[in-house]
Amino acid sequence: MLHAILAIAGLALVFGLILGYSAQRFRVEGDPIADQIDALLPQTQCGQCTYPGCRPYAEAIAAGEADINRCPPGGEATVLALADLLGRDPKPLEAETREKAVAVIDEQTCIGCTLCIQACPVDAIVGAAKQMHTVIEEECTGCELCLEPCPVDCIFMVPLQQDIADWRWAQPEPSPVERPRRATGDVTGKRRESA
Amino acid sequence: MHLHRFHGGLKLPDHKAESTAQPLLTMGVPKYLYVPLSQHIGAPTEPLVAPGDYVSKGQRISRAKDYICAHVHAPTSGRVKEIVEHPIPHPSCLSAPCIVIESDAHDQWGDSRMPAWLDWRERDARSLRDRVRAAGIVGMGGAAFPTAAKLNPRAGTRIHTLVVNGAECEPYISCDDILMRTCPEAILEGARIVAHILGAERILFAVEDNKPEALRALTDARRADEADFIQIVSIPSIYPTGGERQLIQVLTGREVPSAGLPADLGMVCQNTGTLKAIRDAVLHGQPLISRIVTVTGPGIREPRNVEALIGTRFADLIAAAGGYAPGVDRLVMGGPMMGFAIGDDAVPVIKGTNCLLATRPQDTPAPGPVMPCIRCGECTRVCPANLLPQQLYWFAKGKDFDSVQDYGLFDCIECGCCAHVCPSNIPLVQYYRFAKQEIWGRERERQKADLARERFEFRQLRQEREEREKAERLARKKAALARKEPDQGTKTAIDGAIERARAKRDGQSTGDASSADRERADG
Repeated sequence: MLHAILAIAGLALVFGLILGYSAQRFRVEGDPIADQIDALLPQTQCGQCTYPGCRPYAEAIAAGEADINRCPPGGEATVLALADLLGRDPKPLEAETREKAVAVIDEQTCIGCTLCIQACPVDAIVGAAKQMHTVIEEECTGCELCLEPCPVDCIFMVPLQQDIADWRWAQPEPSPVERPRRATGDVTGKRRESA
Repeated sequence: MHLHRFHGGLKLPDHKAESTAQPLLTMGVPKYLYVPLSQHIGAPTEPLVAPGDYVSKGQRISRAKDYICAHVHAPTSGRVKEIVEHPIPHPSCLSAPCIVIESDAHDQWGDSRMPAWLDWRERDARSLRDRVRAAGIVGMGGAAFPTAAKLNPRAGTRIHTLVVNGAECEPYISCDDILMRTCPEAILEGARIVAHILGAERILFAVEDNKPEALRALTDARRADEADFIQIVSIPSIYPTGGERQLIQVLTGREVPSAGLPADLGMVCQNTGTLKAIRDAVLHGQPLISRIVTVTGPGIREPRNVEALIGTRFADLIAAAGGYAPGVDRLVMGGPMMGFAIGDDAVPVIKGTNCLLATRPQDTPAPGPVMPCIRCGECTRVCPANLLPQQLYWFAKGKDFDSVQDYGLFDCIECGCCAHVCPSNIPLVQYYRFAKQEIWGRERERQKADLARERFEFRQLRQEREEREKAERLARKKAALARKEPDQGTKTAIDGAIERARAKRDGQSTGDASSADRERADG
């Protein structure tokens, strides 16, 4: 009897020490879930989710404060990916997905105030005080954060021209005789076919 | 030679006799040629000419900037009219930049031809590959992959066999057949050159058994002492035996690994048209500026094969084949199985255009309504890549792009066998194309997002650094001020104290109390 108690107590002590040591030794810095969520977000830093950037939104999702359907630039694909990662049910997007666009500065009207340069989250606008500014198209994420600060309203969002390299085959229309999907829309139509 | 089988496949009516009844027609030079800057798989090219420039036939007019890229040459002599967006053969029916050349009707080479290398056997693989690259040659079976890159296998791979693909398995297409009938010597010479480049020990020349004339012409053209080196093999006509992987399986019984290349088995596969182009580039110094196109289908009056300059508009080609038959409603580039519909017959011939197929409504009756998948498994039975098409369909439909890749989506060659046999008329291949492009598109978007994140984080870092530096600067300034102030303060205080002490001493020594009082009041 005593042997058994001693043995169990000894084992408990050993494992307790191992666990305590590993908790200290292998402590994970930062928030790995937030990192994984951040990796799925489109990084437009547009703030349409009401958080100041993609990273804060990722942290809010990780903390359970925000829903996964608040990212219009990411669209349905991002909602599905987040649902997959977090094991939650996909939801339709809160806001409409806008057409992909880039900011263009009307260089005739620009007064060189640098306000848009300061607003751009990805440094996609070049220029200097009292010099003309311009947007680097490849770097622009289309976040629209530069529109509001411009005092002369010379920045416009121009929809991206579809070129052949970006063209994609459309998904075929589903069969008209198939059962209609649930009202929540396409995102819940994901079929979990087991292999 | 013992032949093998690949999984699945279909026996299709070949419809080749329509276009092979007429001899090959070499088209004249049209007034305007529309030469797209991008005619191949890989990066687009960079134009070397400007509107108004005179170009001679065969002059390089657009330069490859990348390794997987092919130069573009002027198909005829004339003046560059403009560089504009013009419809090109692409399933999107979108436009892309084209160099428009106005022919001067002289069709003159000038001095743009490269030196003829009749002594190619003395040259090394590298210079011959450079010649292939300089001639802008791409795979002419339809995929248009730059040939020079294909002839340069990874270091350490030994190529023992060159497979020549003369199968041409898709119905209606007969451009390779006509080429093999009309210039078998040129193809064989091209094959010898490529075998020399690769160091291959044997050439397997595969031709489907529905092309007896081509087989005979090739056998006659082969030199008597080459029977071991060049083996001409008649293979059964089963669609899609002309697929590179399927052909290798038929010839050798070995499967090219998924995500691998034929080079992993020590083999390289080349199309007959490509070999002819390589031979022209090496022996005559000519770049790739023309090709044979099959103009056929029930919607064409006189179906035939036409040798046309790159950049010739489809409308001109069709006119050369007697024009449209009444009631044409559909124009397809490529064959009926893998081709895609063209919205406008102003699009030009590119290096990968093998066939133009025009049909009338009665030839392609609507397949009937799309019905749900009943899991009959017909598609699995015919899939030449041994995949599970119905599973791929479910996953592509549900946008489950991880599972669709697990089920081998990227091994799908889009041959269309599954959709052909599907009793529910499901457009299966379109689902696979959609899924593939969606996966690529998302990959591109992810890369873009990563770049944006990097820039955003760098910006934040920079802003923090600027703040910090500003704070440090301010702190330094403050410290400097603080140091200065007590210095002067103490100095004046000390001076004042000395002054007062002196005045006090003076006052005490003189006993002038009033001056000491005044001093105190002043202080």
